Amino acid sequence: MSLPAVPVPYRIAARRADTADTVTMELEPVAERLPAFAPGQFAMLTAYGVGEAPISLSGVATPDRLVHTVRAVGAVTAALTAGRPGSVLGVRGPYGTSWDVASAAGHDVVIVAGGIGLAPLRPVIEAVLADRDRYGRVAVLVGARTPAELLYPDELARWERQVQVEVTVDRPAEGWTGPVGLVPALVAQAGVDPAASVAFVCGPEVMMRFTARALIARGVAAARVRVSMERTMRCGAGWCGHCQLGPLLICRDGPVLDYARVEPLLTVREL
Amino acid sequence: MMTELAGRVSAQPFFAGLPPAMILQLCAYGEPVTLQADRRVFFEGETAERFWLLESGTVALGLHVPGHGDQIVETVGAGAVLGWSWLYPPYRWQFGAVTRSPVTGIAFDAAALRERCDADPALGYALLLRFTPVIVDRLQAARLRLLDLWGAPGRRVAP
Repeated sequence: MSLPAVPVPYRIAARRADTADTVTMELEPVAERLPAFAPGQFAMLTAYGVGEAPISLSGVATPDRLVHTVRAVGAVTAALTAGRPGSVLGVRGPYGTSWDVASAAGHDVVIVAGGIGLAPLRPVIEAVLADRDRYGRVAVLVGARTPAELLYPDELARWERQVQVEVTVDRPAEGWTGPVGLVPALVAQAGVDPAASVAFVCGPEVMMRFTARALIARGVAAARVRVSMERTMRCGAGWCGHCQLGPLLICRDGPVLDYARVEPLLTVREL
Repeated sequence: MMTELAGRVSAQPFFAGLPPAMILQLCAYGEPVTLQADRRVFFEGETAERFWLLESGTVALGLHVPGHGDQIVETVGAGAVLGWSWLYPPYRWQFGAVTRSPVTGIAFDAAALRERCDADPALGYALLLRFTPVIVDRLQAARLRLLDLWGAPGRRVAP
């Protein structure tokens, strides 16, 4: 049994470049294996000698492997994405709350992702599709800045054969024939019964706010809108307080929270 | 014919809550339309005399940029209303519109409806309550896109 604050070595078993700055990696334990992660939970990934970053689970490969999608936005994530198969990273976790997908059984489901926010939601979509009969109508709404920055195009095409998938971009490129605009505008296109829906939302915080407002305006109960919050997670276990948002510690009480609980806190200015 | 049209108008969330009598008044200015894909609906700067309630299909709003052709700024789809420039002077389209897929919907004679609204402020107010959120939504969307929400986190910009 390792100490919870000590990263456990995992080896990159597979690596796929999703976009110019985003990579999906499958990690397998070098020796010790961490407890199973649930969709929505996150790991602290260590690039040895550089630092740690909180990264959500972005898929389920095999019980032995962790799947994470990392976008290079700083020194740590750049080092993580630079890793190649065979490289060793440190992993701590699992941390935080899960999406609790099963609790949406019997309801319509709306999944709204903005940019890299599709990564933590991918296992939600796969879980719903794997147990399709347990859910009502399903709508997957995805937004990205440009077509080139869309994650998982192969999966989007596969999902589209089974459920409603709508994809929009802010800036269309030559040949783009889909919608143009922000992802909250797609909420009106979701073919679901809002009053009977559970929504899962992940993306930039402002995008989540506007998406949640659009969902609630259509009749989705705020308590049934789940968002994945992001703050500066450090310890991951609720000890250090870096990720505090009002009375919440996002690493422990989140990252997945219902919007009714988190909404009053989103407009409180940070010190 | 009018009853069928009223049923189609009532079925759209955009006109939710509009009293049946007003729906009928509105339908006096409407007619069903179908448009092929890639058809120009209107050009930027033309007189805005109609608006469309989209039941299916997608329409791209855009601008012609010299040297860069037609640039799409936004698309609108089923359930949305196309066109609000008919409401306010100078009654000219601020953007151009082209269908991106076959479109079905209802086209309204906005110029005549505007005159009716002048004479019937209750109808005019009811329509304003429905069109104003369209304008607000598009303004908010434009502002959010200016923020470039997809940028790397940590880039702080003072208000």
